[in-house]
Amino acid sequence: MVTRGFFSGRRPPSDTDARIPPGQYLEQGFPVLSAGPTPRLRTEDWSFTLKHGPKPIKKWNWAEFNALPQNKMTRDIHCVTAWTKFNTPWQGVLIDDILADAGIEPPTGFTLAHSFDGYSTNVPTKDLVTGKAMVALFYEGKPIAPDHGGPARLLVPHLYFWKSAKWVNGLQFTERDEPGFWELRGYHMYGDPWREQRYSSDS
Amino acid sequence: MSAEPQPQSPWQTATISRVEKRTPRVTSFWFQPSRPFTHLAGQHVDVRLTAPDGYQARRSYSIASAPEAGAAIELAIERLDDGEVSPFFHDVAEVGDEIELRGPLGGHFIWEVSDGGPILLVGGGSGVVPLMAMVRHRTLQRSAAPVALVFSARTWDEVIFRDELIGLDNRRDGFDLVLTLTREQARRPSDYSRRIDAHMMVQAMERLPKAPRLAYVCGSNAFVSAAAEAIIDAGVPAALIRTERYGV
Ligand SMILES: Cc1cc2nc3c(=O)[nH]c(=O)nc-3n(C[C@H](O)[C@H](O)[C@H](O)COP(=O)(O)OP(=O)(O)OC[C@H]3O[C@@H](n4cnc5c(N)ncnc54)[C@H](O)[C@@H]3O)c2cc1C
Repeated sequence: MVTRGFFSGRRPPSDTDARIPPGQYLEQGFPVLSAGPTPRLRTEDWSFTLKHGPKPIKKWNWAEFNALPQNKMTRDIHCVTAWTKFNTPWQGVLIDDILADAGIEPPTGFTLAHSFDGYSTNVPTKDLVTGKAMVALFYEGKPIAPDHGGPARLLVPHLYFWKSAKWVNGLQFTERDEPGFWELRGYHMYGDPWREQRYSSDS
Repeated sequence: MSAEPQPQSPWQTATISRVEKRTPRVTSFWFQPSRPFTHLAGQHVDVRLTAPDGYQARRSYSIASAPEAGAAIELAIERLDDGEVSPFFHDVAEVGDEIELRGPLGGHFIWEVSDGGPILLVGGGSGVVPLMAMVRHRTLQRSAAPVALVFSARTWDEVIFRDELIGLDNRRDGFDLVLTLTREQARRPSDYSRRIDAHMMVQAMERLPKAPRLAYVCGSNAFVSAAAEAIIDAGVPAALIRTERYGV
């Protein structure tokens, strides 16, 4: 349906058009969205726990986690509130390297990411491994700002950004696909920006 | 052709049924949905504009009207001069126009009478919009839940819903309005003329009979960060604070 009188000049340049998923617009800034206040986290108190169901597999403190191999990833990110940001540069620990350090093969099924503020989000495990995702520690070469999820956030750039849990403190493997915080509140279980899987009623 | 019935598009057409200027920068638009829905106070809708060549822009807007106010929903849109969608509403949209809309959306930043009180509401600029839906819902339900609304605006003339809010404040029925003007002197003795800080939050909470069960903060990101910090410093546990950030 064409909207009467709407002729925006804000079209993305055609060379980048193909990189912007449907319904998204290109953002130059880096908006912040979150369900609650930014938690006050000190790296001295920080820890990261890997779990299979209720069973803990391995836990790292800040120094141990930072000693894991680190990789860089520059990706386009897509927020469900319709902004897309190009070429965001991150550095952190690939989920593959976390699993390797814990001495396990990636389990089948699903993963719930948990955060210090009680937030959680679900992702199929296969979307986290083979170089697709990391626990990011740096943004643009600097420690991640608290508003953007620092000291550590999950980065799953190929899904809507609410899946990239801020202030992450653990991953939990689950057999079933269990909804996380926003998924319980009407958002899509998978969240593929290219298929506009925003809300639970989207196919 | 597939035998499966196609799912109904979640988008629907809504007709603008009324337009009212609220402040120099904020105008309310009432949308009459073709498929009416019931929302919860604090929820938002997504609005989608389509240009003749198929280019689309979509944005989220909180619903200002109470759930029980009737089928037409009120959106109060602030004009950002260099924006894309808000200037369209201010300069082009008029009564009778059809706009695509999707909703209601959002399942966290909501308050129902059954959630009870006391409640601390803190809004900056157009961030007052979802809080207004909560305040109106409380009034229409004749709820006795104690509510304090701290509303920060640059000037007296930029206080969205000002007369309605002051009218509700004057009823002294457990709703308490605290205005704080950042670029002008306060006009009412109990108001402030500075940015929100922890001391102001402590004093606002003293107007409630006991500590809030929940606090809701909405506005620009910078506002929400600062106000949430102030509420935590005033002694409210972070877990009781819900935020809605309008992005930039
Ligand atoms: C849940 C939710 C509820 C909301 N509720 C309300 C509400 O009730 N009322 C309300 O007024 N707003 C609300 N908002 C904000 C609203 O969604 C829009 O962000 C706002 O109206 C601005 O949109 P715009 O298209 O006019 O501006 P945009 O085009 O999005 O621009 C926003 C700002 O970013 C800058 N900008 C971004 N991209 C460019 C570019 N390519 N070129 C130049 N400048 C650029 C501009 O400086 C501009 O001022 C809400 C947001 C959310 C997430």
